[in-house]
Formats: sequence, structure tokens, C-alpha cells
Amino acid sequence: MEFFERFAIPHPSPAIYASMVAIVLVSIGIVAGLTYFKKWGYLWREWLTTVDHKKIGIMYLVSALLMLFRGGADAIMMRAQLSAPDMKLLDAQHYNEIFTTHGVVMIIFMAMPFIFAFMNLIVPLQIGARDVAFPRLNALSFWLFFAGAMLFNISFVIGGSPDAGWTSYFPLAGNDFSESVGTNYYMLAIQISGIGSLMTGINMCTTILKMRAPGMTLMKMPMFTWSAFIANVIIVFAFPVLTVALIMGTTDRLFATNFFTTSNGGMDMLWANFFWIWGHPEVYILILPAFGLYSEIISTFSRRNLYGYSSMVWSMVLISLLSFLVWTHHFFTMGQGALTNSIFSITTMAIAVPTGVKIFNWLFTMWKGKIRFTVPMLYSIGFIPLFTIGGVTGVMLAMSAADYQYHNTMFLVAHFHNTIIPGVVFAMLAGLTFYWPKFFGFMLNEKIGKVTFWLLTVGFVLAFFPMYITGLDGQARRMYTYSEATGFGALNMLSFVGAALMAIGFVTIVYNVYYSFKNSSRDIGSDPWDARSLEWATHTPVPEYNFARTPQISSSETFWDSKKNGHVLFKGEIEEIHMPNNSGVPFVMGIIFFIAGFSFIFALWVPAVIGLIGIFICMAMRSFEKDHGRHISVKEIKETEEKLGGAK
Amino acid sequence: MHIDNSQPLEYSTQQNQLNILGFWIFLGAEIMLFATLFTAYFTLEGRTGSGPAPAEIFEITPVLIETLVLLTSSFTIGLGIHAMRLGRKNAMLTFFAITLLLGLCFLGVEIYEFMHYYHVGATYQTSAFTAALLTTLGTHGGHVTLGLFWGTFIILQVKKRGLTPETANKSFIFSLYWHFLDVVWIFIFSFIYLKGMM
Repeated sequence: MEFFERFAIPHPSPAIYASMVAIVLVSIGIVAGLTYFKKWGYLWREWLTTVDHKKIGIMYLVSALLMLFRGGADAIMMRAQLSAPDMKLLDAQHYNEIFTTHGVVMIIFMAMPFIFAFMNLIVPLQIGARDVAFPRLNALSFWLFFAGAMLFNISFVIGGSPDAGWTSYFPLAGNDFSESVGTNYYMLAIQISGIGSLMTGINMCTTILKMRAPGMTLMKMPMFTWSAFIANVIIVFAFPVLTVALIMGTTDRLFATNFFTTSNGGMDMLWANFFWIWGHPEVYILILPAFGLYSEIISTFSRRNLYGYSSMVWSMVLISLLSFLVWTHHFFTMGQGALTNSIFSITTMAIAVPTGVKIFNWLFTMWKGKIRFTVPMLYSIGFIPLFTIGGVTGVMLAMSAADYQYHNTMFLVAHFHNTIIPGVVFAMLAGLTFYWPKFFGFMLNEKIGKVTFWLLTVGFVLAFFPMYITGLDGQARRMYTYSEATGFGALNMLSFVGAALMAIGFVTIVYNVYYSFKNSSRDIGSDPWDARSLEWATHTPVPEYNFARTPQISSSETFWDSKKNGHVLFKGEIEEIHMPNNSGVPFVMGIIFFIAGFSFIFALWVPAVIGLIGIFICMAMRSFEKDHGRHISVKEIKETEEKLGGAK
Repeated sequence: MHIDNSQPLEYSTQQNQLNILGFWIFLGAEIMLFATLFTAYFTLEGRTGSGPAPAEIFEITPVLIETLVLLTSSFTIGLGIHAMRLGRKNAMLTFFAITLLLGLCFLGVEIYEFMHYYHVGATYQTSAFTAALLTTLGTHGGHVTLGLFWGTFIILQVKKRGLTPETANKSFIFSLYWHFLDVVWIFIFSFIYLKGMM
């Protein structure tokens, strides 16, 4: 292709031109606003260079919410296109691009940063640590994720979006069938953010293993920390597989190698295997921290300790092991023989057992509890039946013989949205509402929150339950239109209505933040929910050093014991605290990764090599740097503590 | 910074212990990376398309040299760490320098080997087999190259700053990395070269 042609949009539409204008206007607006209000220094000092896990968590949170709206816009466009037979809203190519980016954005650039947000915000507080084990690496993880996300998001205005599905199966994703640079974006953007995820995995595992407060044995860790730990172990073992697969996919596209081609010995099924050896554990990377959040919320609002703590832990361990043994169920119908299918059928169904254990434990936690129907609790109560339906249809899909009927139909789409929306998205919104006061110092409005909950739940049921029926009737997924004669019209219209309700629901979240910011009381104390675990034992807002004195742990609910049973949480004198220094290097590295990634996508070798050298120089500088951090003096701590409401 | 003198220098602060554990976990991820590469290689080994098969291009002499050199370098870096534990800075630096020279030697032979593959028509684009072979070897070689720079930086730092908890920690972690590359090479030697030549 000619040099400049590569940067052009292969399938322009008015919507894309409008987005281009919008992107430019918003960028100008942000730059002008920052300059006018003289906020550049603040932005740089407090956010871009920060190594504080709480601020990094908030940046993850904001990014995840933004990406939720990007992925949601894709979703609503898809449902609109399918809302009636022979719809002409989008053409086939545009539809391909939208379902591809919807999948990638929602899994990798929305759900992942959302769980990383909670891990960053909560884990160090729950284990009584000052920060994560490697604060600078943590900042780098965030900026790599952010660089990857931005790279992926500019694809539709420069060069064209990926269009081979979020699974990017070869040979469809190869040069022969995906000519534009779209799939290059897919390979490089996910690679860059994936490296960031791996670093988070290493960081969090080390933090949880080594930095727990005195007395906190592994079996006394709060449940969210346990879930985060298991998820991060899965990250460490799953992400390198993706790294290799993406490198091979990239070289196939850029350097004409033959890993996944159908000539010169290449094997397209190798991609499918690698992708799902990462991809199946990935769904547990998302769902386990969500389960952790539900555990915290359900026990808090049932006013009971979590039922079956050790069985909760062991079921997660079992799920993490099984998650690596089921990947083949994603291609039961691609010709691997009855024995293989049977084995993977059984391992897949086996995951329902530990998951069922967890469901019953939550039910037993609520049993005879004094339930308070707050917004986080509503999400948790809504989650249980909805997720169970998703789980049951999952077992249906796990029967390999029956899968020949369901495969690639809307039934499958209904199933995984039925697990991932009540499972992950509801958990994230429940966690958002639950932890909002801890990190922002005010509560979100309960009334608006309940309206959001009902809009999302009703919208969800209307949007996805009809798909079970159309799927069994044979409506294929990824099909951009259908004829009147199929009879899919009415149910698809219902789905569109449901999707629209969900869209309204997500908008009410933004309104809630705005409304509560203006109207909510700032005088809420440090423990507004009367909660049970350690993160509520420190002040709101959380001081930079988290805890003035290291907490002494005696049980998995030490804070509750300190409130009700007279356990002394903080002993001894305040001592000076060692904290890491801020650094601009992670942010700069994020920018360099972005430039290098962009150059690789368009095969611009000179800037690509310069970018790689830049990354190398940053690493060398880090090696030679002498940075021993700084100390916060006792006087300073005492002043902060008094300002925040007296040293506890 | 609290220094615990009952521990070896590289373990003597809390941050040092975190660094070492974190690096072990990173090595776990590296094992997965190479395991995936080996899986790809074994899957694609026989899929040579119109290109050459393994037995047609492998040569035993350079591979034996590479193996000998790399295994020796793992031994010398072990001696370097031993010297570090005894507090003998100059001995340690010497052993580290020998290690890096052996690494450089390994890399030189590997580059020769790659040129040989190129001349006999086994390039990156020839077949799935050659692509998998060169990616696996190249990833290991890339790790060695990075290690040469990293090791050089560490030598410079130890020379300038002496044996402190920080430099000892960096040296120890680098030695873990170097041993790991050696272990990976043993797998490459046995399951790629020896298996391919049989």
C-alpha cells in the first residue's frame, strides 16, 4: 500500500468523522482548560508522576469508566443495527469492526483496569501495608495499560479498527483477509497493556505474600485480598502465553512469517489454542476479584461474618487450577475428536462445583442476617440468581455434543453476558458505590443508585434473555443483518430496548457522581457503612501513609473485633515512615511505548527503533539511579492525624 | 533503612527481600513464556513446508561450543556470588567480567549460527518450523543480550559504590537471571538440537 493510504480510514462513515471532530475538540478543550486554570503543575505533581497506590487506583477507575462508555457505544450501535430485519444503519464491515472493538475494549480496557483499580485501592489497606511492594513498577503498569488503551482507541480514526473478532482467529486475522492495519492495532495495543498487567501480577503477589501486617496469616486475610491474590497468580501464569501468541501474530502480519498462516506449514489452530489458554483463565482473573468484592459487601450488609471462609478460599484455589484445564471448550466444533472433547467437557463442568460452593456460602451468610438493602447489597442480591442462570447455561454449553447446536449462536452471547454482567460489571458498580466514600470522602446518593440498579437489571434481562431464544432458533452471532422471514425481529427489538435502558442506567451513574459531589455531606467519618475489614480502620480521606501505626491482626475481621470485642488494633508509638518518591519516568515510558507501538503498527521502522532504544535508556537510567525515597517525620504524621480526627 | 546483619547482604533489607521474591515470581512468568515457545516449536517442528527439516540445517560444533560456554558462565557467576558473600569485591568483579565475556562469546557463536541458517535457506519467512526455531532461539539470545548490558551496569555500580545491600541485591538477582537462561538453554540443547539431529 502507498505510504499515506495506510493512515486513511478504510471504511469512513459520518459517525467516524463526527468522532474525529469530537476527539479533536475534546483534546483542545482539555489543553485549554488545564492552561486556563493553571493546573498543569498540579496534574504533573499529583497524578502523572504519582506512585501512590490510591491515586493509581483512582486513575484506573476513571479510565475504566471512560472505556465502559466507549465499549457501551459500540454495544448500542450493534443492538440498533439488529433491532429490526434488514436494517441499514451499519454495513457489514463496520459491524465487524464494532463487535471486535466492543469485545476487546470491554474485556481488556474496561474490566481489567476496573479490577486493577480495586486491587490498587483496597489490597494494601486490607493487609495493613503502606503501599505495594514496587510502587514505581505499579505506576509503570498503569501507564502501559493507558498507552495500550489509547493506542487501541485511535484505531478507528487512523488506519481502521480491527475487524477479525475479539478472538482475532487466524487466518481471518492474517494479511490475506484483514488488509488494513486494524489487526496490527489489536496485536500491539493488547501487547503493551498486557505487559503492564503482568507487572501488576508480580507486584500484587509479592505485596500480598510479604507485606501483611503482623498477625495476619494467610488464612486471616480478608476475602477480597485472597481473591486478588489468586487472580494475580493466574495473571502471572496466563499472560506470558498471550505475549508469545501476540508476538507471533505480529510477525505473521509485519514480517511475513508462517506461524498461523495456511501455507508453508503454518497452523491456524495454534492461535486458537494459545489465545484461549490465556483467554479462559482471563475470565477468572475478572470474576474472582468480583467474587471477593461480593464477599466483603454481603457480609457487611448482612451483619454476619462470611460463612465458610476456608471453603471460599479453597474453592478459589480449585477454580484457578481448573481455569487452565478448560480452554479447548472454546472450539468443541473445530474438529479435535470425541475423546478430547469429552475430557474438556468434564473439566469445564467441574468448575461449576467450587462456584456453587461459593454461591451457597453467600446465601448462608445472608441466612438469619440483618440485611440492609443498600445499593451495593442490591447489586449483590441481584447477582446471585442472574449469575446462577448464566452458570447453568454455561454447563449446557459445556456438553460438547449439545454444543454443536449452540455454537456461534446468540445463545452463547447470552450466556457469557449473563455471567460477565451480573458477575463482573455489577460487582464493579457495587464496589464503586461501597468504596466511594473511602476514597472521595462523600457517599453516592442511594436513591439515584437504586434507580441505576433497577435500570441496569431490567435492561440486562430484556437485552440478553431474548438471545437465549433467538440463539436456539438459530440466529448466528456476528451476523450483521437478517431477513424478515427468520422471525428474529421482535425479540431483537426487545434486546434493543433493554440495551437502551442499560445505556440510560450508565448515564445515571455519571449523574449520581455529579449530584452527590454537589449535595452529599462531607462529614461521614471513616466507617460510614459500619463495615468489617481493615481498610475502614484508617481515616477518610486515606492519608498518604495509610496507617500511622502498623495494625495488629488477630482474625480475618480484626476491625470488627476492635469495634465490638475490644481488640486493640493500634499499639505503640508513632514512628517515622519511609515513603517512595514520585517519578516521571513511568509516564514518559508510557508515551515512548505508545510511540513505538504506533510505529510498529504502521511499519515505520526508524521511529520504532528509536522508541525501543528510548525504553532501553529508561531501564538503564533506573538501574543507575539512587533513590532511597523520603521519610515522613513523626511531627508531620501527628499533625495529619489530628487534622483528620485524632490519632486512633 | 533498616539493615538486618544476621542475613546475607543481598537479603538484609525488607526491600531487598521483596525484590528477590518479586524476581522469582517474574521467573515463573518467564518459564511460562519459554514453555509457550517450546509448545509452538514442538507443534510446528515437522511443518517445514517447502523449506529444510531440522536435521538438514543443525550443526553440532557451534551448538557444543555455545553449550560449553554458557554452562561455564553459569559456574563463574556462581563463583562471583560466592566471592560477594565473602565480601571480596575484586574477585567478584573478575568473575562477573568472565561471565559476561563468556556470554558475549555465546552470542557471537549464535550470530554465526543464524548466518549459517540464512545461507542454507532457512530464514524467518521460510516455513512455520524455521519461524518457530528462530523465534525460540532469538528470544533466548535476546535475553542473553539484555543480560550483557544489565551485567555491565551492575559491574560499574559495584565498582563505584562497593558492596552495599543495594548492589549486592542487584548482583544476586542478576545471577538468578543468568542461571535461568542457562536452564532454558539446557532445554533448547536437549529438545531442539539433540532431538532434531537424531
